[in-house]
Amino acid sequence: MSVKHGLLALLERGPMHGYQLRVAFEESTGGTWPLNIGQVYTTLARLERDGLVRPLPESDAGQRPYQITEAGRADLARWFATPVSRTDRPRDELAIKLALALTTPGVDVPAVVQTQRGATMRTLQEYTRLKARADKPADLSWRLVLDAMLFQAEAEVRWLDHCEASLVRYTPPPVSALPEAAPEAAPEVSHR
Amino acid sequence: MSILEVRDVHRVHGSGETAVHALRGVTLTVEAGELVAVMGPSGSGKSTLLNLAGGLDRPSQGEVAVDGTVLGQCSRRALAALRRRRVGYVFQDLNLLSSLTAAENVALPLELDGVGVRQARRVALAALSEVDLDGYGPRFPDEMSGGQQQRVAIARALIGERRLVLADEPTGALDSQTGEAVLRLLRSKVDGGAAGVLVTHEARHAAWADRVVFLRDGVIVDTSGPLDQADELLTTPGGSR
Repeated sequence: MSVKHGLLALLERGPMHGYQLRVAFEESTGGTWPLNIGQVYTTLARLERDGLVRPLPESDAGQRPYQITEAGRADLARWFATPVSRTDRPRDELAIKLALALTTPGVDVPAVVQTQRGATMRTLQEYTRLKARADKPADLSWRLVLDAMLFQAEAEVRWLDHCEASLVRYTPPPVSALPEAAPEAAPEVSHR
Repeated sequence: MSILEVRDVHRVHGSGETAVHALRGVTLTVEAGELVAVMGPSGSGKSTLLNLAGGLDRPSQGEVAVDGTVLGQCSRRALAALRRRRVGYVFQDLNLLSSLTAAENVALPLELDGVGVRQARRVALAALSEVDLDGYGPRFPDEMSGGQQQRVAIARALIGERRLVLADEPTGALDSQTGEAVLRLLRSKVDGGAAGVLVTHEARHAAWADRVVFLRDGVIVDTSGPLDQADELLTTPGGSR
């Protein structure tokens, strides 16, 4: 997701100036994505350059509202119609950490799994507390954002359970300190 | 005030070479107003722990006390009375007797305990009302949805002076919305002063608890409680890590 499409979606409600956009953005994401005002203005400048928004005359208070253009609307409609690709998301540090833990001598892998599971479980408990506390029907978009975080944390715990179960059945191969040498340096590899 | 105290409990099924150590020295205390979730892989000892806590099984070694009464020191009769009066059970299935109405199901433990039929019925209807089932008293279980049946089971589990509720996968066959409503109810019952133990393999359900205990091979390997950082988590991009 880009801040760009977030702002376009907000401008579809009507013209807004930078500060209003920032507040509306944070409200609609339940505070899960804090945005600084500088980001809002640089994004607006890019949107204006690409013809997706147009500036309106400044108010008496010196604030300049922006309005979405037809091209902006079309871009926004495309964004809503296109699924989010998993490959656009950052690499999972945890998966990489566990993969490395398995091949690093002297690491207690089950302990790494358990430490992470405890931490993720605590996060899940915190989210659930928030949910128990704020559950008015009017807060639907907020609850859905919260549910997304809950389900992701739950998925992580399930994956960690799976890791733990796999570790029980795992017999580590003899540890080789270094990757196999490159073929040029070790011609005998070609005899395989 | 501790409602449930499990002290260094071991449970061995069978003997000799085929002995299975279901629990190996588990200690767990649950206070009034506290909900503790027990998680762990199959065979880790979750259900054994729950059965011991409810007096349905006896430890091979160690002690279990409910509301200050050490279960191992009770006669069979006293244990049965304690189970009836102090402990409520909610299971995934076989919760309700199909030939009894909702009100009769809820009133049953009181009647078994010698409370008059009318009085038991009055208490049962009030308990049904508390779980949002006003007017459902005369219905039979098969005339109710899964979520409604589970609410009846919770009403029954906590009727009378019972302060300990033991739940084994209580949301098992329910969809996520209905399951959540059941957990919300369990949570509010516990907040009202009961002590609860919830066995589940679903992290999202365990997250309703104050503490989550992880069992592996009959040993508690970790305990997690919230850190009261919810608001901070929400303003930190990326959340937990």
